[in-house]
Amino acid sequence: MKARTLTRHFRESIKSLGRNGWMTFASVSAVTVTLLLVGVFVLIMMNLNKVADDLENDVEIKSFVSLEADEARVTEMENAILSMSGVESVNYSTKEEELSDLVLDFGDEFSLFEQNNPLLDVFYVKATEPQQTENVAKEISQLEGIEEVKYGEGKIEKLFTFLNTGRNVGLVLILALLFTAMFLISNTIRITIVARRHEIEIMKLVGATNWFVRIPFILEGMWLGLLGSILPIALIVTLYYNVTEFAQPKLSGEMIQLLDFAPFIYQVSALILLMGVFIGIWGSFMSIRKFLRV
Amino acid sequence: MIQMKNVYKKYPNGIVALNGMNVEIKQGEFVYIVGPSGAGKSTFIKMMYREESPTSGQMLVNGVDLAKIKRKNVPLLRRQIGVVFQDFKLLPRLNVYENVAFALEVIEEKPEAIRKRVLEVLDLVGLKHKARMFPRELSGGEQQRISVARSIVNTPKVVIADEPTGNLDPETSWDIMNLFERINASGTTILMATHNREIVNTMRHRVIAIEGGLIARDEVGGDYGYEG
Repeated sequence: MKARTLTRHFRESIKSLGRNGWMTFASVSAVTVTLLLVGVFVLIMMNLNKVADDLENDVEIKSFVSLEADEARVTEMENAILSMSGVESVNYSTKEEELSDLVLDFGDEFSLFEQNNPLLDVFYVKATEPQQTENVAKEISQLEGIEEVKYGEGKIEKLFTFLNTGRNVGLVLILALLFTAMFLISNTIRITIVARRHEIEIMKLVGATNWFVRIPFILEGMWLGLLGSILPIALIVTLYYNVTEFAQPKLSGEMIQLLDFAPFIYQVSALILLMGVFIGIWGSFMSIRKFLRV
Repeated sequence: MIQMKNVYKKYPNGIVALNGMNVEIKQGEFVYIVGPSGAGKSTFIKMMYREESPTSGQMLVNGVDLAKIKRKNVPLLRRQIGVVFQDFKLLPRLNVYENVAFALEVIEEKPEAIRKRVLEVLDLVGLKHKARMFPRELSGGEQQRISVARSIVNTPKVVIADEPTGNLDPETSWDIMNLFERINASGTTILMATHNREIVNTMRHRVIAIEGGLIARDEVGGDYGYEG
């Protein structure tokens, strides 16, 4: 195919959008509504997933150091814990620090204990994977000089199961929605092409090759997808901008955070755009197939 | 130029449209195909541009055997043949100019050459001034003239017309026929299926009558031969 023919196909596809008038409008509207639905849903699901991650990553192993352990032993233990597999970080907190945290959280009454601090020194240990918490905790508890280990045993397993189920349900919902979107959009495009099957037949009778007929239709499908993704992207960007502006200050310092505006929203926008274009092209390609056999 | 040897066509529903047909048409001839409805006239015409293909037999157009032609080469064949249909078959979303230009865009002609040639044939059919109008804005006769313009725009050796005057009133029919006469005068072979007795009897040319899938009569300068 010569370059000027490709130029011709581009020109024709754009011209055809205008000449098809309300058919173009109908297809673009269908694409717009569907992609908007997909976009909003992806925003929600991705943020729920983020919340789940935050919850999981908040899990820590609190390892109490017994009173007998001296400073040298503490250093030894810290190194031992760090060298365990699956340990991400270790934070050492003396009993004085522990008490001041307590005072900060629960009030000045606790400052009475400053005379005679009943607390113990603590290692805060984070596992690289939240699911490894239990194993790491067991290993730490076997170290000499560790009095006790706490990590919310029993509760975190339930939390993890719950979050995993939630994630899977979300994934299934997203896939189902994507599938529905594909189906809806390609069906709309199919209707516009079926309405033009006689044109396809005529083109073939005048000596057009299949690709000569096909390419303008495919390009037209691409424009439909492109046009249909503009409004959803604009709406989603605006929506998420306002959500983050509103929520970010209120959540500052909390363990649960929304996904940052950038680059997340650009990724979602790109996804919507690609989906629109891909479905447009694919829908045209599939719909035109059977009318080319002339 | 066109040669049929024992061409046999049976449709999937069991109807035999052509029952071993033999015919030869030379370059520059003007041939009427006449015969009652359902006699195989349309099948005969449709085979010329490979809308239908023979079940058996040999069918040569410009030296290419249409019984054996590959699907991907069909467009190449159609570019060497101009076809005019009873229902015009113009592209409704393209204007007059674009409809004619389409046949040249298909062969990837240069834009300047397309422009020159399209205006030339539009002038020939007398519709240059309506180049920007759409088919729906034209009368039947005008649409058929556009269709004729499209069929000759890439200077084919043969033009095939399937009842080109079937949807037209008598007066416009004569206009179209005069057009075909001029095209034929320039050396193009014309093959025309028709039911129009008056035309066949007035503009005398070779007449091939098809009945029951066979050639019943083939005479140069013959008349229509059927009672209206």
